[in-house]
Amino acid sequence: MFIQQLVNGLILGSTYALIALGYTMVYGIIELINFAHGEIYMFGAFAGLLLVTVLKVPFFLAFFLAMALAALLGMTVEFLAYRPLRHSTRLAALISAIGASIFLQNLALLIMGAQPYTFPSPVEAKVYQTPFFTISRLEIIILIFSFLLMIALTLFIQRTKIGKAMRAVAQDKDTASLMGININQIITVTFAIGSALGAASGVMVGIYFRTVTFSMGLMPGLKGFVAAVLGGIGNIPGAMMGGILLGITETIGAAYISSQYRDAVAFALLIMVLLLKPTGLLGRPVQEKV
Amino acid sequence: MPPETILTATGICHSFGGLMALEDVDFQIKRKEIVSLIGPNGAGKTTLFNLFTGHYNPTRGEIYFNNRKINGLKPYQVTPIGIARTFQNIRLFGQMSVLENVLVGQHCRTRSGLFDAILRTRGFRQEEARARKVALEMLAFVRLEEKKDEKACNLSYGEQRRLEMARALATNPSLLLLDEPAAGMNPQETTSLMELVRQIRDQMGITILLIEHDMKVVMGISERVAVLNYGRKIAEGTPREVQNNEEVIRAYLGESA
Amino acid sequence: MAVFDSIHLFLQELIGAYYMQLIILVGINTIMATSLNLIIGYTGQLSIGHAAFMSLGAYCSALVTLHLGFPFLLSLLCGALFAAIFGVIIGIPTLKLKGDYLAIATLGFGEIVRIVCLNLEITGGAMGLRGIPKKTNFVWVLLAVLFTVFILNRIIKSRIGRALVAIREDETAADSMGINSTYYKILCFGVGAFFAGLGGGLLAHYIRFLHPKTFDFMKSIEQLCMVVLGGLGNIWGSFVGATILTVAPEMLRSVADLRLLIYGLVLILMMRLRPQGILGEQTRLAPFFSQKIRNLLQKRTRTNT
Ligand SMILES: Nc1ncnc2c1ncn2[C@@H]1O[C@H](COP(=O)(O)OP(=O)(O)O)[C@@H](O)[C@H]1O
Ligand SMILES: [Mg+2]
Repeated sequence: MFIQQLVNGLILGSTYALIALGYTMVYGIIELINFAHGEIYMFGAFAGLLLVTVLKVPFFLAFFLAMALAALLGMTVEFLAYRPLRHSTRLAALISAIGASIFLQNLALLIMGAQPYTFPSPVEAKVYQTPFFTISRLEIIILIFSFLLMIALTLFIQRTKIGKAMRAVAQDKDTASLMGININQIITVTFAIGSALGAASGVMVGIYFRTVTFSMGLMPGLKGFVAAVLGGIGNIPGAMMGGILLGITETIGAAYISSQYRDAVAFALLIMVLLLKPTGLLGRPVQEKV
Repeated sequence: MPPETILTATGICHSFGGLMALEDVDFQIKRKEIVSLIGPNGAGKTTLFNLFTGHYNPTRGEIYFNNRKINGLKPYQVTPIGIARTFQNIRLFGQMSVLENVLVGQHCRTRSGLFDAILRTRGFRQEEARARKVALEMLAFVRLEEKKDEKACNLSYGEQRRLEMARALATNPSLLLLDEPAAGMNPQETTSLMELVRQIRDQMGITILLIEHDMKVVMGISERVAVLNYGRKIAEGTPREVQNNEEVIRAYLGESA
Repeated sequence: MAVFDSIHLFLQELIGAYYMQLIILVGINTIMATSLNLIIGYTGQLSIGHAAFMSLGAYCSALVTLHLGFPFLLSLLCGALFAAIFGVIIGIPTLKLKGDYLAIATLGFGEIVRIVCLNLEITGGAMGLRGIPKKTNFVWVLLAVLFTVFILNRIIKSRIGRALVAIREDETAADSMGINSTYYKILCFGVGAFFAGLGGGLLAHYIRFLHPKTFDFMKSIEQLCMVVLGGLGNIWGSFVGATILTVAPEMLRSVADLRLLIYGLVLILMMRLRPQGILGEQTRLAPFFSQKIRNLLQKRTRTNT
């Protein structure tokens, strides 16, 4: 029973981790909570759904196309709602981000309506029985995809030139730009990658729970952020760890405490972490320059 | 009888996650002195200020102000006991008026709370009137009284520096720390700034420690100069002594080379 | 308080029940927006959980009316104080956080309050709380609005108000002025929550039915919109913002579905084009309008000559 919950938590957590990466990458670079990230996740799910059901695109392809489309959307949001405010107060940027989130969510409501859509399953429902837990084929696929994406991201950040530039910009924007790095370009790339990962999560969750709705981004979006804070915002391995930790805590909390308070668990965890270790589990304390 | 030395710092070390910004610095300021702190960029001067005002807590070492240990105190606790400062990168309350900036400076010298404010008690009104009067005096002192209703962010650079000084003075300090007060000023403004600093000491009896790069200012007003380089104090003495100190010359030449 | 009822009924007779309802909702929203403005506009702390404080006040005052038979004024006071206590409790730990974290913490707090109300028995759970007597009327709302604006105005124009704005402008510099910023942020949260709770109590005794959904995240966003539209750091602006966002959806019934979409756009566009809000930096209504009129007249005369 407990191990089963752990496995369920791991699956849920890996989808949170993918969302958390988008928050953490963006925050690391422009110190802004991208409130619209949950809506990008929702958009990814819709894009995947429509590609599969309306345009009859094969699943595998639809998955990556949805990621690409979400990347485009993420870059557009950055360009329209955040970039013009780069030199105004943080409060202004944050309010604009909230605006973008509300706008996208209600745009989806307007276009797609309030009813939930069913995502057809890409694989036959087959369940594997092990001595300690059961796991479905779909769940295995979700786990593998999530971890492959996380490994790909890690390699990208560590090995490629753009990845290194991203780290440089996150460290010190001024120095990075003196060294000839195009800051705007790096910010755009960051939004693109973060959004693509969010969309990947959206598609997988859509398939997993078999429903896609206009408001599906709100809770996972918030939880992805909680996961990012948990791991130490701005910290990429931290986001992965935070996501998985949150998934497991939530599943176990729902199983052993109360399933009605499932969503409250995440926020209680958030407030606790903020109090005990505001820099998150892997974040390093920084002393504000005076 | 207050002690002869107003501030004593011993064995100060401060590191930012591995980077040693200050190493084993001893420092003293005598009452009613004008002391300059100089040194190349990144030497740790501003960090020392931040330690004195409680913005950072020293990694090691002790700081005494009027014989009272102050490290570990928060900035809002340090100000009421008599240390005021200005910032290297001016930090005014930009959207507030010039007068309001100086009124905020008197925060720790006023007492009225929530209920006084709501009920507009007599004590509240008297305190407000007094605060206003003091604020206007401070503004007159730095020659900004005509700009009292302008927004702070609309002042010129030199005016902003003077306003920051007036705001610091409004906290009624006995020690005033000025972080590069002449930076960005033209020669005329610099001259009147030097005059102003001297007046603050002579008329108000306030001890002054300033960080400055302009050697004309340093040589012109300070009675004593301390030199930091790479987080260490490498020299201290009268302006003349420091000027001819070989290590100091090397530190500065090393920087420009 | 029969007098209040008579005045209310007389006015309702005069303008009709529909407009009366609009006016009362404008009043309650004004209380919400002005108190939120103290937190966001004056102190610069982004709270996106104001509706949670409203719900605490609403449930508390409704419950003391229903179970303890408290008189209206006392039940309003209970609701407001209850919300204020939570404002302080949530404030003490979270206000040490810098802006963005605070926003998320308030959001999380709001969600927790909603989920708890949804699951408690005493709040009626998912069924909602029914049968609250109707006690709110025009006179009560008017008095509450005047009270709120009066108190907030006095706080703002005092040493405390200056400290709050100083924290917004530059927290490090404010600390250097001897301002204990954590204390003032908690104070401002407590005061803001108090009035939010008052608004909640009025609403509870007006719509007579409470459901956690009434106070969800979107409600907090709506209140944020009112503040932003009217102008951050401008009490009169919040009145204008609350009026517009209460009346406009009623007038534009045909685009009711677009309401939230427009809210989103309002937030983005206001930040980009007019971050100071509709009224701008004018702190009083009269000079604003007289200035507009003067400008208009000047334009007239210029084109005439
Ligand atoms: N908050 C901080 N975090 C990390 N390093 C810092 C911080 N503040 C200052 N430093 C570093 O400490 C050193 C001393 O800085 P500072 O005291 O500002 O020098 P100065 O004022 O003499 O020019 C520099 O190397 C600077 O980069
Ligand atoms: Mg410096």
